[in-house]
Amino acid sequence: MPEKSIEEKVKDIIVEQLGVNAEQVTPNARFIEDLGADSLDTVELVMAFEEEFGAEIPDEQAEKLLTVGDVINYVKEKQGE
Amino acid sequence: MGQSNQSYRRVVITGMGVITALGQDLETFWQNILAGKSGVSRITIFDASQFDCQIAAQVAEFNGTPFFKVPKDARRCDRYTLFAMAATKKAVQDSGIAFESENMNRVGVLIGSGIGGLRTLEEQYSNLLQKGPSRLSPFMIPMMISNMASGMVSMEFGAQGPNMGVVSACSTSTHSVGESFHIIRRNEADVMIAGGSEAAICSLGIGGFAAMKALSTRNDEPEKASRPFDRDRDGFVMAEGAGILIVEELEHAKKRGARIYCELVGYGNTADAHHMTAPSPQGEGAARCMRMALECAGLNPSDIDYINAHGTSTPQGDICETQAIKTVFGDHARKLMVSSTKSMTGHLLGAAGSVEMAICAKVIQNDKVPPTINLDHPDPQCDLDYVPHKAREVRVGAIVNNSFGFGGHNATLIARKLV
Repeated sequence: MPEKSIEEKVKDIIVEQLGVNAEQVTPNARFIEDLGADSLDTVELVMAFEEEFGAEIPDEQAEKLLTVGDVINYVKEKQGE
Repeated sequence: MGQSNQSYRRVVITGMGVITALGQDLETFWQNILAGKSGVSRITIFDASQFDCQIAAQVAEFNGTPFFKVPKDARRCDRYTLFAMAATKKAVQDSGIAFESENMNRVGVLIGSGIGGLRTLEEQYSNLLQKGPSRLSPFMIPMMISNMASGMVSMEFGAQGPNMGVVSACSTSTHSVGESFHIIRRNEADVMIAGGSEAAICSLGIGGFAAMKALSTRNDEPEKASRPFDRDRDGFVMAEGAGILIVEELEHAKKRGARIYCELVGYGNTADAHHMTAPSPQGEGAARCMRMALECAGLNPSDIDYINAHGTSTPQGDICETQAIKTVFGDHARKLMVSSTKSMTGHLLGAAGSVEMAICAKVIQNDKVPPTINLDHPDPQCDLDYVPHKAREVRVGAIVNNSFGFGGHNATLIARKLV
């Protein structure tokens, strides 16, 4: 089985953590306004991304990850380095 | 009878929900209790193979998610809160109350837990040790604190009346129901969602109680392990689950045409002030507690037909409770029936009192008294009528429900047929 893309992995985590439907998780979807996350959810999401992609996401960076696309781009950028 | 109640608002039980090893709906549970079934088995929900005690009354098949309006809320709840929510939904349904037409400022929640989210603590501490502090979940504290069941239930229903959690070990949910009784009597609410929940069958819970030598180690005969008042008892058997009651002001219940199980008439609440875990000699604190409840109810000892004992199957506890009953009831102690349903359910700790209060309400409603099973050779110091082995059909007008907790907490409820 081919390895899942970054997009798929990010999407899976969001669906699991926030209990939303996969169709809602579009690149433009905002975690708080569109996906119903609260402040505790966002902390837990960042931890799950860190765990999945094996990288620390500093707090000042985490604050800027407002949409699904922000996370995908950030992970791609970090992995490209 | 009941003269001292005249100036108070009267309080009744109108709905009940239980999650236990012997059933996740009230009727199945009640039938199993009458049939004298044991809910105790070998532990499968965690690997207990290294522990002295390898048995418990576990709720093996349970999914909490369907009991939440928003599935995500279930993910952020410890197992004890999931049990509480499930039992609450069942109790609300059983009561037939329609919260959409209630003044929710007059609906409160008082659900306690003896220990709280022990499994969450265990998981997260393991994360801390293995992965470091940055891997502690932001939900750890809200999940494990013992008041969160009351909080989550209030949010689920929009119940904005009195709200808190009681923590008094194994007397927790008897206190929860008793305090709810007073809240309604004092006119601070019309309806209280009251009870307790516990989910401590995990390595810290079993290991901790086993270290105290408090648990039965009859691992080869799980169904015979909980044997209150029997000479061969060797400790209690831990159970998990929840018991939630809808406690309601009488006129409020009548107005909506509610089915009324029984009237709550008395509540006693005392401390041994003696020892962390051992009961006071001759059950002195327990006796004062039962007397306080009788006085509150305005009943005489001879008015009581049935006592649902704390009866945990520990060597000392069962003797002290027997002595306390003799102290309070005198000659009548020989006439009334006493049973320990923990012989079947195991010990639900902070949920024990409210699950047992649900049993008592069914006793009053059906005039059937559940047995104490496994009472093959009564301890010579335990010489009351414990209704051994088989349930009885007999009129029950009034009951006493006892709970005693580590810390020397005693709680007694008295209920009777509505007259």
